[in-house]
Amino acid sequence: MTLKRALGALAVLIVLWLLLPTLVIIPMSFNSAASFNFPPQGFSLQWYENFFTDPSWLRALGSSLQVALITMVVATALGIMAAIGLSKVKFRGKALLESYFLTPLIVPGIVIAIGLYSLFLRFNLLGTLPGFVLAHTVVALPLVIINVTASLQGVDPKLEQASATLGAGRLRTFFSITLPLIMPGVTAGALFAFVTSFDEIILSLFIQSPQLQTLPVKIYNSVTQASDPTVAAVAVIAMFTSILVMLTAQFATRKRKRASV
Amino acid sequence: MRPESTTSAVDQNEQELRQLHLNTEVISVINDAGISLRDVTKRYGNKAVVDAINLVIEPGEFMTFLGPSGSGKTTTLNMIAGFVSATEGLLHIYGKPVAKLPAHKRDIGMVFQNYALFPHKTVAENIAYPLDRRKIAKSEQKAMIAGALDMVRMGEFGDRFPTELSGGQQQRVALARALVYKPRVLLMDEPLGALDKKLREWLQKEIKRIHREVGSTFVYVTHDQEEALSLSDRIAVFNNGRIEQVGSPADLYEKPETLFVGRFLGESTVLSGAMASSANGETTLDISGHAIRVPGQLSSDSLAILIRPENITLCDEGTAPWASSSNTLPVTVLDANYLGSSWRCEVELPDGSTGTVRAAQASGVRQPGSRAWMRWNVECGVLLEDTGDEGVSLT
Repeated sequence: MTLKRALGALAVLIVLWLLLPTLVIIPMSFNSAASFNFPPQGFSLQWYENFFTDPSWLRALGSSLQVALITMVVATALGIMAAIGLSKVKFRGKALLESYFLTPLIVPGIVIAIGLYSLFLRFNLLGTLPGFVLAHTVVALPLVIINVTASLQGVDPKLEQASATLGAGRLRTFFSITLPLIMPGVTAGALFAFVTSFDEIILSLFIQSPQLQTLPVKIYNSVTQASDPTVAAVAVIAMFTSILVMLTAQFATRKRKRASV
Repeated sequence: MRPESTTSAVDQNEQELRQLHLNTEVISVINDAGISLRDVTKRYGNKAVVDAINLVIEPGEFMTFLGPSGSGKTTTLNMIAGFVSATEGLLHIYGKPVAKLPAHKRDIGMVFQNYALFPHKTVAENIAYPLDRRKIAKSEQKAMIAGALDMVRMGEFGDRFPTELSGGQQQRVALARALVYKPRVLLMDEPLGALDKKLREWLQKEIKRIHREVGSTFVYVTHDQEEALSLSDRIAVFNNGRIEQVGSPADLYEKPETLFVGRFLGESTVLSGAMASSANGETTLDISGHAIRVPGQLSSDSLAILIRPENITLCDEGTAPWASSSNTLPVTVLDANYLGSSWRCEVELPDGSTGTVRAAQASGVRQPGSRAWMRWNVECGVLLEDTGDEGVSLT
């Protein structure tokens, strides 16, 4: 009985430990004093006001959304093709190729960042929109592949054969049969890609320029260069954007599942 | 202008066939066939899964590919469907060469063992799918879909999703979907394999009725010999990538040409022995010291006689004399089972192998362990080359 109680207490502690750093930012964002000292003093919306009136913050938000949306589209399109390719073909070393596609998840971000930095320097991609999209796609692609591959496994290959005998070519079969059936995985993968890009900081720090900064880069710069509590408000906004996107993903997946049962 | 272009296409087709040095007779057989396979081979590496198959399926015929798993029947069907490309050979559907045509351009219908209905579409949407591909106006589709559903007696299920239907209902929808655009060829890959016995028998009747109604060429793959016998106009028995025999169910059952066919279709008693004499269209074999007569002559060292169980009767010892037109062999009864419509006895033959006897009445049965005589009319035996195909699985 005491063991059970101790375990329960441990579980609560772990939950708090996981959540506190995230939650502590919320009261901080309403701090009336211009400091990061905890606990906050007084209540004020000035940092939110600051965010929405400062064009440099809004520009960073705009850049982040733009990069994340394009990354989502590019990574999803490429990821679907890669997953379908991998599910169709059989050859020696296929498992190797599959793990190769997932390496960006395992290789330390800093390694990819340095590699991309030297490549982008050579091809003049630093601080450009295509540069950001390319970089973020590298880390977003594995998440799309994982999700789409998982949902492809639930699709009976005989359905594609049936579609062919009924008169549909490969492209028509993909759009009418395969894609609707793997849509939960595609949606989840796409939203993961969006969130990954939206939150990405390591690669972005390396390829940023004063003209093009994403939100996490701008937050990092403001924290390190000036102690501006506006970042608390920005962090809260970024956090809720991510949470909203992930909840949408969950909801979309669950709804699909129910419809297909 | 359409008839003209069709003619020229046929001409061109004939020219291509002539270039292969086929004679006119062969070309006309190919052109008149529903489906024609000529020396069709499929190799994976060095292994021929389908080995130089020749088969002509008549237009409107119900042809069944029967054989054990791995015999090449499904690969052959997949080549006709276009899922597998033939390594060699000529494949024609209604005179049109299709070997290089992708599956979606062959204008065939196909029914799969696991139904393969699109789970995200309703029954009606599933059936509309091939009509959409053929750009048939929605206004016309409605009547066609209703007609197809009525044909399979599923008229009220148009708005259901496949997962809301039982296996038998799903397969009927799959049939409707494969037939709604009136393809000239319908391929079926073990369509009743996943269903229970009662439903299977009922659907067999339905498939037979639908075949009569639509008049398309049906090609049906199964490993179930009873199903093959009851459904087909003709059966092609596959074994080891080859066709052993093609014929009507009665032909295959009564006049098997190989021991494999004889054993695979129905039950049989097989007697192996050396040739004692052979003359005047009759052969006598030495079966464990008994002279057994059988019609026919074969030039082979190892011979066998196949007898169907319903042609054999059991008699008590000492109930001689026998008619000269009969063969007799002493046996030991191993087992006797009542099957409702008949009795089935397993007997041990003089050489130790097992034979089967079927009796219509209890008087034809003997107790297990008792000695008896097995008797059959000489004319009922089939002389075959003994290829030693023992233990053919009947499932």
